[in-house]
Amino acid sequence: MTTHAPQAAQAVTLPTTLDEAVAALTAVPTAVPVAGGTDLMAAVNSGQLRPAALVGLGRISEIRGWQYQDGHALLGAGLTHARMGRPDFAALIPALAAAARAAGPPQIRNAGTLGGNIASAAPTGDALPVLAALEATLIIAGPGGARREIPVSHLLAGVEMLRGGELIGYVRVPLLHAPQVFLKATGRTGPGRAVASVAVVLDPARRGVRCAVGAIAPMPLRPLDAEQWVARLIDWDNNRTIVPEALAAFGEYVAAACIPDPVPEADGTVQPLPPAVLHLRRTVAALARRALGRALS
Amino acid sequence: MSNEAATATTTAEAAPAPEPLPHGLGASLPAADARAKTEGTFPYAADLWAEGLLWAAVLRSPHPHARIVDIDTSHARDMPGVRAVVTHEDVPGAAHHGRGKADRPVFASEVVRHHGEPIAAVAADHPDTARMAAAAIMVEYEVLEPVTDPEQAFEAEPLHPDGNLIRHIPLRHGDPDAAGEIVVEGLYRIGRQDPAPIGAEAGLAVPRPDGGVELYLASTDPHTDRDTAAACYGLEPERVKIVVTGVPGATADREDQGFQLPLGLLALKTQCPVKLTATREESFLGHAHRHPTLLRYRHHADAEGRLVKVEAQILLDAGAYADTSSEALAAAVGFACGPYVVPNAFIEGWAVRTNNPPSGHVRGEGAMQVCAAYEAQMDKLAKKLGVDPAELRLRNAMATGDVLPTGQTVTCPAPVAELLQAVRDFPLPALPKDTPEDEWLLPGGPEGAGEPGAVRRGVGYGLGMVHMLGAEGADEVSTATVKVQDGVATVLCAAVETGQGFTTLARQIVQETLGIDEVHVAPVDTDQPPAGAGNRSRHTWVSGGAVERAAKMVRTQLLQPLAHKFGMSTELLQITDGKITSYDGVLSTTVTEAMDGKELWATAQCRPHPTEPLGEHGQGDAFVGMAFCAIRAVVDVDIELGSVRVVELALAQDVGRVLNPAQLAARVEAGATQGVGIALTENLRTARGLIRHPDLTGYALPTALDAPDIRIVKLVEERDVVAPFGAKAVSAVPVVTTPAAIASAVRAATGRPVNRLPIRPQAAVVTDR
Repeated sequence: MTTHAPQAAQAVTLPTTLDEAVAALTAVPTAVPVAGGTDLMAAVNSGQLRPAALVGLGRISEIRGWQYQDGHALLGAGLTHARMGRPDFAALIPALAAAARAAGPPQIRNAGTLGGNIASAAPTGDALPVLAALEATLIIAGPGGARREIPVSHLLAGVEMLRGGELIGYVRVPLLHAPQVFLKATGRTGPGRAVASVAVVLDPARRGVRCAVGAIAPMPLRPLDAEQWVARLIDWDNNRTIVPEALAAFGEYVAAACIPDPVPEADGTVQPLPPAVLHLRRTVAALARRALGRALS
Repeated sequence: MSNEAATATTTAEAAPAPEPLPHGLGASLPAADARAKTEGTFPYAADLWAEGLLWAAVLRSPHPHARIVDIDTSHARDMPGVRAVVTHEDVPGAAHHGRGKADRPVFASEVVRHHGEPIAAVAADHPDTARMAAAAIMVEYEVLEPVTDPEQAFEAEPLHPDGNLIRHIPLRHGDPDAAGEIVVEGLYRIGRQDPAPIGAEAGLAVPRPDGGVELYLASTDPHTDRDTAAACYGLEPERVKIVVTGVPGATADREDQGFQLPLGLLALKTQCPVKLTATREESFLGHAHRHPTLLRYRHHADAEGRLVKVEAQILLDAGAYADTSSEALAAAVGFACGPYVVPNAFIEGWAVRTNNPPSGHVRGEGAMQVCAAYEAQMDKLAKKLGVDPAELRLRNAMATGDVLPTGQTVTCPAPVAELLQAVRDFPLPALPKDTPEDEWLLPGGPEGAGEPGAVRRGVGYGLGMVHMLGAEGADEVSTATVKVQDGVATVLCAAVETGQGFTTLARQIVQETLGIDEVHVAPVDTDQPPAGAGNRSRHTWVSGGAVERAAKMVRTQLLQPLAHKFGMSTELLQITDGKITSYDGVLSTTVTEAMDGKELWATAQCRPHPTEPLGEHGQGDAFVGMAFCAIRAVVDVDIELGSVRVVELALAQDVGRVLNPAQLAARVEAGATQGVGIALTENLRTARGLIRHPDLTGYALPTALDAPDIRIVKLVEERDVVAPFGAKAVSAVPVVTTPAAIASAVRAATGRPVNRLPIRPQAAVVTDR
């Protein structure tokens, strides 16, 4: 007896619209959607995942571009990192373009998608801190043409989940027409996973600064107090200037918010942070200071 | 004469004249397999196929240390598609194997001693079935406390019946009471480098009608592997044949006996061909790594900075099995003081067993770890004396005739000072201030967070040395056969082409000796006489030497009748471009004519002069030859993030003689890049003996962006008289020296001590600016 046959047959469907894809997923609840496959196929190849069927999203042309919608950009979940890294996209959402360019070697950027980055929700996902700082909204396609919206942070934090048959269709991002910076610290000069990353976006209309720190926690962290504090120190009417000391203090503020001091023991002693954690904190502080400095320069 | 004239006319008419193909020694002959490798048609072991083959999977231990209470294979055997399951009970021959010391079981039987140790293997008709069946083998473990700190290994319960101490070398040289005015001390740690060979590790075993088995493997030492396999299978060595398939490149032992030995067992048991292609994870778990090392040093110097005494303690973490740790320790102790004149040396070296991943041969083993430490000491000494680090090194540099701490006199060329002066005087790379700021490649990469204002540049030096060939009495013999027929020469030699360029060199040697341009190198199998392992550049030396002797014997056979006819000795005849001419021009004929349809064969051996084991106090002439290298590293450090980019490595090396300039440069660049990995990113991390990230995402190899500009400033061609062609090993010494030079440059940039490799970002940060 041979065991070849059952493993060789794997159903793959290639829908061409979002609703067809949702229908295919609903019809076979065990099917797994695949876009770029940069995470999924690695799991399949290493034997960690044996999907009963695959729904390929690569042919859904409606989610591979973007459109404008009342002051927002509606980004298709199938946008590749390579596409987002190009100059026309960088003119719209500079921080997302920077994150896409930093997201790995060309092979990965050509295949990996925005939606995939959100769905796999790896702590080191480079687009995630940018989307968190932009307060992006996800448009989820469900069975029967249903559409619902959830904030990206709700999905990443597990406050709201994707239900069976649902797919991330679009990502709505505000167009802020102001500088944005994404900075990432890695272990080598070549492409690598982030040790820590920081996204800073300016919102001149609301006179706000929004910042998110990636890779140091299971989901991007937002240092809200630090954002509000530093926004008041920026001279918005005068070329958005700030004193250098405030930049440094912002960095420290963000780092302390994301990597807090240890809680004192019952007897009042405080265990110092381990050297590696202290270094991570310094890294976050330097990244946040540099990111805001570049956004305001 | 008329022939020559005719040729000249033809060449003149054919305009433009075709570029003559490079040939002979000293020419940049391209590798014969380069085209196939770039086009993806080169057959690697993973591409092998046989009709009706089965797929193997190996069950590996999930624990670093455990007692095996019970192994139940019944579920796996009953699975559809499974054809055989083998455990320690199915090993018909020797249960243990190992180089030097047979201490490693084919399959763990009572205890597992490291994460990933093989316990059982399965053959099935599909790779997934085999993997699932391996997972279905029920092993009951009694988990034991792992010994993961080599310093604890001395006191810990023995992990092996032989005890935890694999080797101890207490080297005593000179006056123990000697003392210097200046004393510097340091404690250094070197991480665990994985050789991370490119190409999947794979193998195919095919049963033979005579009850033997053929193994198709990317082996770098086929005869040793054959003898090991035959002993374990309980067969005579003649009934086991290893056929070497395309080796994708090896900087260490490629062979992981953990899957090679089970493959043959499964083939013998099922009487079917059996194949296995290892995943990268298995590869990380199975093969040998560079020894993680702990080093404690004390250097004594006089007021001028001349070394008086070196005291050191060197502790190598060998993992669970001895493998080549004894040789690594000999190199570490022998070269513990580096290429410096040290009149008094007291070095204690130990290699101990732990439950950490296994250590073994990775090029420059032993020598690399001590180089990082003694060069750090030289930097410390220079700082304490307020002397330029290069100047301090020059004051102590070794030369031919000086004595190593092992008592061995350095008889080969040792142009250490010349190498160092060459790299020191080479112009420094320019700062990128003339190009736009957004084009600067800063630490952290093109999309990284680097900021010019936080970047500091540092310049550092490293001097390194390494031995060539096996040490301490190893019999480094190689045999080669050269055959000439119909104007085509064929070389038969069991020296494996591992990327070191042996096949290209063999072609060059035959071209040079016989004047025949078309030379083929036959594929390697164990039916040929042994040529030894493909490491420490031994094939350039011994196998190259054997090929040259065989080619010379063929030359004599070819010329003897002609010489006899014309009444002159064969030395007065010369062969160029397929033509035989005499010194006076009286005789001129072609090789083809002289051959007269004959087939000429000759076989020769090359054996370098013998060495001796290090004695009781680490004394003895243990090394055949030595190679030296000086590197000046220029680094940029982001002193807030601690990220480091190596801007340039200026390198000068003592090579004896350049046999193939292009190949030599490629080997030097590859070695230096591997050194960049050790210095900055490569460390296979473990937690309580478990490998934490056995993948190439977690284990960061240098990429093209991490590889610095490598400037070969000077190649000193002072021929080593005892080596064939006078050539020295080139690959290992840049690996040894590069990490030390980079650490020295980071020290110069940051003022931090940098006493651990790879350099962690927190060690390159400057907090008090």
